[in-house]
Amino acid sequence: MIKEFRLPDLGEGLTESEILSWKVGVGDTVSLNQVIAEVETAKAVVELPSPFAGVITALHEQPGTIVEVGKPIVSFEVADDGGEQPSTATPAGVGANHAGAWSGANGGGSGPAAGSGAVDSNSVEAGASTRQPNLVGYGAVVESSGRPVRRSRILAAPPAAPVSPGRTPEAPAAVEPSLEIPGAPAGERPRSTPPVRKLAKDLGVELAEVTGSGPGGLITRDDVRKFIGGGDLPAAARNLGAAPDGQGTTAGARASEEREVRTPIRGVRKFTAAAMVASAFTAPHVTEFLTIDVTPAMDLLARLKASRAFAGYKLTPLTLGAKAVLIALRRNPSLNSRWDDARQEIVQFNYVNLGIAAATPRGLTVPNIKDADTLSLTELSEALTGLTETARAGKTSPAELSGGTISITNIGVFGIDAGTPILNPGEAAILALGAVRRAPWEFQGEVALRQVMTLSLSFDHRLVDGEQGSRFLADVGAILADPGMVLTMV
Amino acid sequence: MSTDEAGQGGPSAGGPGNSAEDHGGSGGNLIQLVTPAGERISHPEFDPWVQEITDENLCSLYEDMMVVRRIDVEATALQRQGELALWPPLLGQEASQIGSGRALRDDDFVFSSYRENGVAYCRGVGLTDIIRVWRGNASAGWDPYTINMATPQIIIGAQTLHATGYAMGIQNDGADSVAITYFGDGATSEGDVNEAMVFAASFQVPVVFFCQNNQWAISEPVRLQSHIQLADRATGFGIPSMRVDGNDVLAVMAATRVALDRARRGGGPTFIEAVTYRMGPHTTADDPTRYRDPNELEDWAAKDPISRVASLLERKGLFTEELQQHVHVKADAVAREMRLGCTTMPDPEPLDIFKHVYSSPNSWLDRQQDHYSRYLASFGDPAGAASEEGAR
Repeated sequence: MIKEFRLPDLGEGLTESEILSWKVGVGDTVSLNQVIAEVETAKAVVELPSPFAGVITALHEQPGTIVEVGKPIVSFEVADDGGEQPSTATPAGVGANHAGAWSGANGGGSGPAAGSGAVDSNSVEAGASTRQPNLVGYGAVVESSGRPVRRSRILAAPPAAPVSPGRTPEAPAAVEPSLEIPGAPAGERPRSTPPVRKLAKDLGVELAEVTGSGPGGLITRDDVRKFIGGGDLPAAARNLGAAPDGQGTTAGARASEEREVRTPIRGVRKFTAAAMVASAFTAPHVTEFLTIDVTPAMDLLARLKASRAFAGYKLTPLTLGAKAVLIALRRNPSLNSRWDDARQEIVQFNYVNLGIAAATPRGLTVPNIKDADTLSLTELSEALTGLTETARAGKTSPAELSGGTISITNIGVFGIDAGTPILNPGEAAILALGAVRRAPWEFQGEVALRQVMTLSLSFDHRLVDGEQGSRFLADVGAILADPGMVLTMV
Repeated sequence: MSTDEAGQGGPSAGGPGNSAEDHGGSGGNLIQLVTPAGERISHPEFDPWVQEITDENLCSLYEDMMVVRRIDVEATALQRQGELALWPPLLGQEASQIGSGRALRDDDFVFSSYRENGVAYCRGVGLTDIIRVWRGNASAGWDPYTINMATPQIIIGAQTLHATGYAMGIQNDGADSVAITYFGDGATSEGDVNEAMVFAASFQVPVVFFCQNNQWAISEPVRLQSHIQLADRATGFGIPSMRVDGNDVLAVMAATRVALDRARRGGGPTFIEAVTYRMGPHTTADDPTRYRDPNELEDWAAKDPISRVASLLERKGLFTEELQQHVHVKADAVAREMRLGCTTMPDPEPLDIFKHVYSSPNSWLDRQQDHYSRYLASFGDPAGAASEEGAR
């Protein structure tokens, strides 16, 4: 009779373990409680004692593989009495030789102290940084793998009294409450092997973002490399190309994978979702639209680009849009505020940390430019360029992600005209810049082809009334429609 | 014997008097009757309390310790094989548990933590009952009144209050039985234990506080928790205390008997600190290699409580082939019985959750049970009561 041994939960709520080594081979005869493998869980390196006495007929998983709890790892041919009858073999600890009692008892599987000596000396040296201290009762380690996690920020509400304009080291933690995802459930670690995890770490790839093409969703080296080059291929495409030798997958299961791809919700997507839901359902959003003729601003942009003073700077409609927002905010400060529900206070910021929504390979992030209101146009341009590059490289620091006071999302780069942006949690307003298009437009009493752009402004109606929101939007529009209007505003 | 220099501040002569010493400075009064090498040393105060221990008794203590270790190893293996969800090994603490457990009378009552499976064995617990909870099949393993031992308390230190309350009951009854409570070094930092000691001292109730100082509160070493010996903490409550070599089964037994005798004669509570060592992990979900020095383990392995009794038996010429064979067979049989009981344990019925909640009928619970049983019935009985369901 063949009996399978399925990987058990080796410690209070673990979902997977890594096979470090097999102590037996196919064809070996093993006795009950004989150590057959060494596995590493999120908590400890432990030895697996054989649950049966019999002959090993198959080892289902290779060393280095991370196996889900419940998956068969080894099969035995056991006598028909079930093989569960304890054989004469006993854990050595209870053997006749009392002197061996202690060491033998360990061999019986009584703890990681046993057998882990060799492993441990390695891991203590080499793996000290990777083995998190994780003690009993703490559940599985939540995988962080270097992605900026927005958790270590100040949770306390920012000082109620507005601080001095300009330099405020303690930026308000504007985005945090909704991004706080305490203790992501266990078992989120994407399946991969240690060399692949190393590769991903070296390349700065967040494994949670990579879809594995190997058996059971295992992430391979190729997956990581593909992810870097040209982004993540559609998972369906990879699944189609995957070798049909995935263990345990039936033909039916594969077919269903091809027709619909299920990706676990995690990583940036999960944070984004939580932030969006929190924002959408706590702040009553109002969105207003304004379409304007930005031809004068585009002309200005062209002149500036050609000028010596701006040589080397990357000037875009976003640069001007950002500057326009900063100028308009001075006249409409209520757009730059925060609703502090916990303290029942409205926080009016006398500085602007300007958030820029950035599409990164890892998903949406909104890093912000600190004290953007104090920057000159060239400084602003530099800051925007730096921020975007950092975000695209996935190197945005948590500090850059927190403390925003108002945001801009540049949907124009996707060729989109308008939308109803959702507020970055904790902020009062977000402005979407639409695409600049040549369109027939009224100009000096005639219809002419002009460069037209739509601005979409969402604001938190708790903080901002229609009047203030409209004035702000009108100001931004006026600046972009006629940059000279700035003279009347500052 | 110079095995105990690791991890301590002061110099250590390594002599028999302080060989179980590990932390702290004084260590003056550690009670020891058998050295780690198995040499019986005399102790005028405590010798009389184990005077009547015969060779046969000694062999029996050895057997108990070996069987308990085997239970522990087997249960650990069962956990690794997915048959138990969790197991708290007692490896290394056999002498503390057997020495004290065998000193008790049947009418004494034990309130223990989750690690006292050796004590439970002494109380005659069913082997299957020990692991019932750890398999997740029941909320409690046994009826406390059948063996006069409460089921293990998971909350750290809470059982000391139960024991003190029970001892107040004994006092009111005018009986001469004793409540004994087991807890660890970490528990002495808990409020419950301190409150229990206050009450025990105030009312001078017949309770024994048996602290197994196994040096580690999960990952926290005892020296971080207490700048004095744990036994000295009791003094602050006005409770007499003893500090005993917890790996010396005879010394533990003698000290426990002293404490029990004091309680029976109306002398009030006693605190015993049994200085021992948790050689394994805190539970099977713990990895002690992350926080403790392997040298420390080695040092304590040299003071193994079972080796010590075996050496003593050897010196006395009692460590015969027959004894070893007998113990071996017994341990095997116990392990086999426990494993069989574990793997064949029936899963509980869904409605079992309502049992053992209140000792008397409770209408609110009855209502819930009624709702739940109707909910369960809504799935129908696949076996064949479908017609009955359909007729409803």
